Amino acid sequence: MSSNKSGVLMSDETNKGLNSPFRRKLLMGMAALPAMTMLPKASFAQAPATSAVNTTGLAVTDTEVTVGILHSVTGTMAISETGSVQAEKLAIEQINASGGVLGRKIKFIQEDGASDWPTFAEKAKKLLVNDKCAAVMGCWTSASRKAVLPVFEQYNGMLYYPTFYEGLEQSKNVIYTGQEATQQIIAGLDWVQKTKGAKTFYLLGSDYIWPRTSNKIARKHIEGHLKDSKVVGEEYFPLGSTQFNSVINKIKLTKPDVIYAIIVGGSNVAFYKQLKAAGIDLSKQTLLTISVTEDEIDGIGGENIAGAFACMKYFQSLDNPNNKAFVSAFKKMWGEKTVIGDVTQAAYLGPWLWKLTVEKAGSFDIDKVAAASPGVEFKGAPEGYVRIHENHHLWSKTRVGKAKADGQYELIYETADLVEPDPFPKGYQ
Amino acid sequence: MFGDYSLGDLGAILAMQGFAGLILFSVYVLMALGLAIIFGQMGVINMAHGEFMILGAYVTWMTSTTVQHYAPWLFPGYFFIAMTLAFIASGSLGMLVEWAMIRHLYRRPLDTLLATWGLSLILQQAYRSVFGAREVGVELPDWMMGSWQATDSIQIPINGMFVMALTILITIAVSYVLFWSSWGKQVRAVVQNRVMAGAVGINTEKVDRYTFGLGCGIAGIAGSAFTMIGSTGPTAGQLYIVDTFLVVVFGGAASLLGTIASAFSISQTQSTLEFFMSGSMAKVITLLTIVAILMMRPQGLFALKVRK
Repeated sequence: MSSNKSGVLMSDETNKGLNSPFRRKLLMGMAALPAMTMLPKASFAQAPATSAVNTTGLAVTDTEVTVGILHSVTGTMAISETGSVQAEKLAIEQINASGGVLGRKIKFIQEDGASDWPTFAEKAKKLLVNDKCAAVMGCWTSASRKAVLPVFEQYNGMLYYPTFYEGLEQSKNVIYTGQEATQQIIAGLDWVQKTKGAKTFYLLGSDYIWPRTSNKIARKHIEGHLKDSKVVGEEYFPLGSTQFNSVINKIKLTKPDVIYAIIVGGSNVAFYKQLKAAGIDLSKQTLLTISVTEDEIDGIGGENIAGAFACMKYFQSLDNPNNKAFVSAFKKMWGEKTVIGDVTQAAYLGPWLWKLTVEKAGSFDIDKVAAASPGVEFKGAPEGYVRIHENHHLWSKTRVGKAKADGQYELIYETADLVEPDPFPKGYQ
Repeated sequence: MFGDYSLGDLGAILAMQGFAGLILFSVYVLMALGLAIIFGQMGVINMAHGEFMILGAYVTWMTSTTVQHYAPWLFPGYFFIAMTLAFIASGSLGMLVEWAMIRHLYRRPLDTLLATWGLSLILQQAYRSVFGAREVGVELPDWMMGSWQATDSIQIPINGMFVMALTILITIAVSYVLFWSSWGKQVRAVVQNRVMAGAVGINTEKVDRYTFGLGCGIAGIAGSAFTMIGSTGPTAGQLYIVDTFLVVVFGGAASLLGTIASAFSISQTQSTLEFFMSGSMAKVITLLTIVAILMMRPQGLFALKVRK
C-alpha cells in the first residue's frame, strides 16, 4: 500500500503543469491502483523487502514469517488451554487466507508447556532463541506467564497473553488480550447492586493469586464504593478441593444477597453440583462468577448452573456479525460440538492484533511492534471493537450473562462504553 | 457469628452440618476402601488409585450417553448399570496391571510406588487422548438431584444420602468377603504368611491378582459414585489421591476398621473446622493434627498385630 501512496504523490508532482480535467482523470485511474493490491497474488509480489522489515534477525523470509504457539496440551491445564490453541490456529489460517502479514504467510511452531511452569520458560527460550519467532501466542495461568516473562524480556520477544488475570503487571514485551481484574469485577458488581439491590456479598475462591487479588478488589469496591453494602464472608479452598457442603451450610446461615464465586478447575464442578444438591436454587439466589465460561459449563453440566450470572467480556451467544462469522468458522474447523469461552475469543484476538500492529509499524522488529501497539484497533473482533491501550491491555466492554440449561449464556447487560484497562488500580491494592 | 440467629435456625444448621460431615465420611471411606485392601493386604502402594476411580467415572459417562441415546426409558435407573460396569472395567484393568507389572515388583515396595505413579501418568494421558482434555458432564436422572426437605429449614442432599447408602453396602460386602468367605480366609492367610499359605495349597498368585482386582474394582465404583459430586476429567483422579492415602495411613495400613475410624475422625474434624474457618485453614489444621498423631503413633490408629 505504501508504494502506491508514493506513486500517487509522484504523479501529482510530475503532472503539475497539466490542466485540471485531465489531471483529475489521471488521478482517478491512479486511485484504482490500490484495489489491485487487494488481490492476494499482487500483494505477495509487492511485499516489502525482508531486509527492510526485519532488522533484528527474526525468522522472516520473503514469503514466510514464523510465530510460536505455547500452551499446555498435556497435563492438568490442557483442559483450559485447548480452546486457546484452537482459536489461535483458526486466526492464523484466516490471516493467511487473506494475504498474510506484510505479504508473508504465517508459519507456526507449536510447543507444549505441559502444565509445568519451568517447562514453559524453557520452551519460551527455545521459541525465541532457536526458532527466532516474531511473536508468541501463549500461556494461560498467571504462574506460566510469570515464568516466561523474564525470558521474553531478556531475549526481547513478543507475547500475546489471552487470559483474564489479576493485573498488577505491565511489560513492553506482552500484550494482554484478556481483561485485567478491574475490567471484569467492577462493572459486574455495580450491575448486581443496581439491578438486584444487593447489600450483602459472600466471596468465595480457590486459594491462589488470581481469586485472592480479585476478591480483594471486589471487597474494596463493595465496602468503599457501593452504598450500604458489606462483605459477610470470604473463603478460600485449596485447588482441587471437592467438598463444599460446610461452606454451603454457612451460606445458608448468612443468607447473602450475592454469592461471588471465583472457583476454578475441577472444584468448580463439585461446587455447583453440591450447591444444587443442597437445595440452593440459582433462580432465587443470585450468584455472580468470573471464573465460569462456556468451556467450564461443559464439565459442570448446564442443568447444574442454570440461573447463575457470569461477568465476562465475551459470550458465544453474542449477537453481532463478527461473532456469527467467528463461531461458524470455529465450529467448521474444530467440530460442531465445541464451545467457545471468553479466553478462547481473547486468544483469537492475539494473531490478528499482531498482524495489524506489524502492518502499522511496517516492520516485524519487536521494538517497533511494541512501540506501535498502543492505539491499534481491531474492528473484526468477535466481542466487537477493541483497541490496545498504552499499558498494553485492551479497551473492551464488560458484559454480564445468565447461564442457561443448554450450556450457553444469555447476554443480560453490557457497559455502554469500552472499559479502560487499569492494571494498577489506585485504592484497590 | 451466632448472635443474630434463632435457636431453630441454629438447630437446622447443626443438623445439616452433621450430615455434611457424614457425607464427607462416606466419601472418604469409599475412596479409601479399595486402596486399603491393596495397601493393607498386599503392601502395594498404588499411586494410580485415582486413575482407576476416573476410569469408573468415564464408564459412567459412557453408559449415561449410550442409555440416553438408545434406551431413554432406562435412564432413571442407569446409574446401577453404570456402577456394575465401572466395577468390571476397573477390576479387569487392575488384574491386567497386576499380571503385567505389579507381580514382578512384589518384594520392592518403593518400586511399585514409582511404577504405579508412572502408570497413573500413562492412564491420564490415555484418557486425554481418548476422551479429550476437557471435562465431561455426566447427566444424572432427576430423582438423584436436588435435596430432601426433612423439615422447613433442613435440607439433605439426595446424592449425599445415596453415597452414604452405597458406602454402607460396599463396606458390608467387603467385610463379608474378607472375613467370612473362604476366599477371604485365603487372602488373610497369604497376608500373614505367604510361604506357609503356598505350602498348604493356596494359589497365592491367583489370590494376589483377585485382591488387586477387587481393590481397583471398588475404586471404579467410587469413581462412578463421585460423578454425582465431583468432576470427570483426565486428571480428576489426582484430586482424591492425597486424601485417600491420608485416610489409609492414618487408619493403620492393614486394618479395615482402622480405615473406617480414620475416615470418620478426619472427616468430622475437617467439616467442623471448615464451618468455623476458611477451607484452606481447615485443611492445614487437619493435616497438622494428623502429622502430630502419626508422630506419636507411626503405625496408625489401628494396627494389625502380626508376628514378623
